[in-house]
Amino acid sequence: MATKKFNPLPGFGLTLGYTLFYLSVIVLIPLAGLFLRVFEMSFADFWRLATTERALAAYKLTFGASLIAALANVVFGTLVAWVLVRYQFPGKRFLDALVDFPFALPTAVAGLTLSNLFAANGWLGEFLVPLGIKGSYSRLGIIIALTFVGMPFIVRTLQPVLEEFEREIEEAAATLGATRLRTFCQVIAPALFPATLTGFALSFARAIGEYGSIVFIAGNKAYESEIAPLLIVIRLEEYNFEGAMAIAVVLLVFSFALLITINLLERWASRFQH
Amino acid sequence: MPGYITRKHRDATSKSQRGTEESPFVKWILITIAALFLGVFLLLPLVNVFAQALGKGWHAYFGVLREPDTIAAIKLTLLVAAITVPLNVFFGITAAWCIAKFQFRGKSLLVTLIDLPFSVSPIVAGLIYILMFGLQGYLGPWLYAHDIKIIFAVPGIVLATVFITFPFVARELIPVMEATGREQEEAALTLGASGWQTFWHVTLPSIKWGLLYGIILCNARAMGEFGAVSVVSGHIAGVTDTMPLRVEKLYNEYNAAGAFTVASLLAVLALITLGIKTLLEWKQSREFARAQMVIPEPNEVETCFITRPADGKT
Repeated sequence: MATKKFNPLPGFGLTLGYTLFYLSVIVLIPLAGLFLRVFEMSFADFWRLATTERALAAYKLTFGASLIAALANVVFGTLVAWVLVRYQFPGKRFLDALVDFPFALPTAVAGLTLSNLFAANGWLGEFLVPLGIKGSYSRLGIIIALTFVGMPFIVRTLQPVLEEFEREIEEAAATLGATRLRTFCQVIAPALFPATLTGFALSFARAIGEYGSIVFIAGNKAYESEIAPLLIVIRLEEYNFEGAMAIAVVLLVFSFALLITINLLERWASRFQH
Repeated sequence: MPGYITRKHRDATSKSQRGTEESPFVKWILITIAALFLGVFLLLPLVNVFAQALGKGWHAYFGVLREPDTIAAIKLTLLVAAITVPLNVFFGITAAWCIAKFQFRGKSLLVTLIDLPFSVSPIVAGLIYILMFGLQGYLGPWLYAHDIKIIFAVPGIVLATVFITFPFVARELIPVMEATGREQEEAALTLGASGWQTFWHVTLPSIKWGLLYGIILCNARAMGEFGAVSVVSGHIAGVTDTMPLRVEKLYNEYNAAGAFTVASLLAVLALITLGIKTLLEWKQSREFARAQMVIPEPNEVETCFITRPADGKT
């Protein structure tokens, strides 16, 4: 660091030291502890525990439902962000504030109320269940809960990008004779793509680890509606620590990969904007 | 009045951009779909919480709230938040100070590591503390020999909550502190202020809204955390049940009205959080707007006056 300028502000060593200390005690050492315990197992044991039939069914459900929910969020989230940024209408500020509701509401409460709404005697279930749409105690319920939980990520990622989008580009497209739909598909949508991808990844990452809202709505049947985090809890209740750790490591490795992807995406998206 | 002029100005521009707007028909269809989606998906669940909680009347509602186990759960939740939030606020300020005000190698790695708890499943968060402090864990036997209980006790719940809410305050503060830069602090130091004085009188006032924002988000998550806490708590009624765990227990006992009663308190917490958050955002944007409007740019004012008559009344 030859170019380092003189910085008169005090407290660098102290604050950095405390930051590293607290980070290590709360996050790094406990996480490393999990990996150390897993390294004590033989790889064959680990692989057997991480890929039992039940675990594979749980991963499939967790990743599949998270993917569908994140895609649903891309569609509806883009629409909501668009409407909130571009249009003026009564009640807009209320809707805007409402978008953050899933962030603020404890997940257990979200799961409880959603499962009640979609149950056969719930406000939505009494219309949907006769039509054959079972939103509670089913896989569909998992997707509903995950969509609820992940919704703000897409909207809040897209909103600032849409706000800064230059109207001149749209004007140019309009002047050149493009219809509004064509302008959206060929001019606006590509510009929104990096932010959409980031929002998608954030919502997906959140969905993978989600537990609170799902246990209330899913029905939690093994092989059918049992998500991976729930399987960890079940293994722990059986005092099968190795089994719990193996599944946890699979989830963690996947989350870390996603975290790195999101960081790269954000860097890419910010370069796209300037 | 500067605010008045800018508002007019903005209206005037939007009127002149007909070519880049959807037809009113499309526009209202989109608004309707968005409003319906948010209404059914977000508002209805909220209303449902209160409707179910009060479905058996106020008497039953307060009956549930007066149960000793419920009161114990409320107290525990408040206690956990009262320990967790200050810990993470202190960490958030120190982390933001060294990250935003200084340059050093490995900074972006540090920021990524601080964000790490966001991407860890709450269940895994609970599990790692069991592996540290549980009977089968690294420190378990030692803790047992010294009769210190962490897992299935309050310290474990606090630790799990600290982990889950770890990045909230730091994440809010880092961009705010980076945006304000170092000049003001440097000026204060040059004028002879001590480090602490500079922090209290210069830095803290400039980050107060961001800090408050981080605190309320951290607090909401701390009080509402379910997964991580449920792994380490042991579900001992009246002792290690927090409010979200109490919701689950009542629900599993087929006492849906009771579960919704406790849930309604948490929903109120969410509403208060949203209310403060909206207020803070509004305050911030107003301060920002005012700061930008001190000297209106000459040509901007000119445009306003030219376009205003064409605009007609708004």
